Amino acid sequence: MSEMSKTILIKPIFKENPIALQVLGVCSALAVTTSVQVALVMAIALTSVTACSNMFISMLRNHMPSSIRMIIQMTIIASLVILVDQLLKAFAYEISKQLSVFTGLIITNCIVMGRAEAFAMKNPPGLSFLDGLGNGAGYGAILIILGAIRELTGSGSILGITVLPTVADGGWYQPNGLMLLAPSAFFLIGFIIWIVRNRDNSQVERSEFTIASHTIEKGAH
Amino acid sequence: MSSNVNSVAYTIKVALVLCAMCSILISGAAVLLKPMQTANQILDRNRNILIAAGMYDPEVNSDADVQSMFERFNARIVDLDTGSYLTDEQMSELGIDPLTYSEAASRNDPALSAALSSDEDTANIRRRVRYATVYSIENPEGGYETLVLPVSGFGLWGIMYGYLALEGDGNTIRGIGFYDHKETPGLGGEISNPMWQAQWPGKLIFGTTGEVAFQLAKGGGEGVSQVDALAGATLTSRGVENMIVFWLGQRGFGSFLTNEVKG
Repeated sequence: MSEMSKTILIKPIFKENPIALQVLGVCSALAVTTSVQVALVMAIALTSVTACSNMFISMLRNHMPSSIRMIIQMTIIASLVILVDQLLKAFAYEISKQLSVFTGLIITNCIVMGRAEAFAMKNPPGLSFLDGLGNGAGYGAILIILGAIRELTGSGSILGITVLPTVADGGWYQPNGLMLLAPSAFFLIGFIIWIVRNRDNSQVERSEFTIASHTIEKGAH
Repeated sequence: MSSNVNSVAYTIKVALVLCAMCSILISGAAVLLKPMQTANQILDRNRNILIAAGMYDPEVNSDADVQSMFERFNARIVDLDTGSYLTDEQMSELGIDPLTYSEAASRNDPALSAALSSDEDTANIRRRVRYATVYSIENPEGGYETLVLPVSGFGLWGIMYGYLALEGDGNTIRGIGFYDHKETPGLGGEISNPMWQAQWPGKLIFGTTGEVAFQLAKGGGEGVSQVDALAGATLTSRGVENMIVFWLGQRGFGSFLTNEVKG
């Protein structure tokens, strides 16, 4: 693998993470991270959609009439999402029920459309595929971190295996119900962004304005 | 080619070719995967019948147990208008079979269902099937051990389909299970949460005067006929209550329970 394709694949996972830096796709990150298993399936579904849609859109990029460019992108993305949804219903029915509307909502996930517009329209299919994989993996990494923290503190288990025996089952751990609700994911994403930006100051946006200093006492008279 | 990429003819051509290819892909996948999806749905429905009857524990049992446990049930079709079981002749006349009959698929068939007037339609289901499959386990010494009734009602976003299991007295609830609904995940979707469903067993459907007394009550649900309503899902809770009131009333299984169970 050349140096360039490696950068394209790895960069979105840590340095330009779609959730932590670009703050895209937060909606589904709140909804499907109550357990690791669901988060994992969602991450795989989104990664395959982003990678394949990037590849197909890149293959067609020189044949797209500009007047229907967006519609073509949406058609390709929507077809892939329906395909993923059908596959989940056939092979992972229980999980597809838990993901419910969120599989369909991959269509509206900003990451998919964002990468199609920003990368696939200007780069060859192979690189676009890698870019889709990388961004999907970056999204997936955050999802799995959130899922692991929320499942561990909310239900005392990881991937359904009990780690902290809960009071309800005769153990000692009192599960934190807040961690199973959407707001907890907001807090956790906030903490992750804080940690990431502390380690890498280049991610901190410059202030849009500076607050003027107070009027000097002497000048006020 | 790039010079005429934006011409009208080329635009239409690209649109048509792309749509055709996507349609073939999607319809091909739908047709190929249909048998597996249907098998999953039936398995899930049967599992929910077992969950409603309190026989299936997701921590202990697996998919492989569903089939063998399900065989204990006797599936029969009830005519809701007369309140009695259909005989074999009546079923072959109607062309329905208790193992394949689906209430959800029959609700738009004019021969098997009828529209409800707005006064009658307290569960907001618009059309009611005339026939419903009842799953039962009989006691060896006569009478029923468990009765599982299909129920449906409009929640917030769509019709919720589930099963209500009763004990042999036709009054005490054994459990509830939903196999298809479109409620908001995390709010109304909590109707599928085993912790919430665990409040149902032991509650009584009918009050002392014989009317349906079952309620989803806000703040606890301590009464003998009350279950705690879902927080943040008032309309779903109302839908579930309406569903129970409708299906255990005279337009639902009321006459069946009078005829076959209490009589």
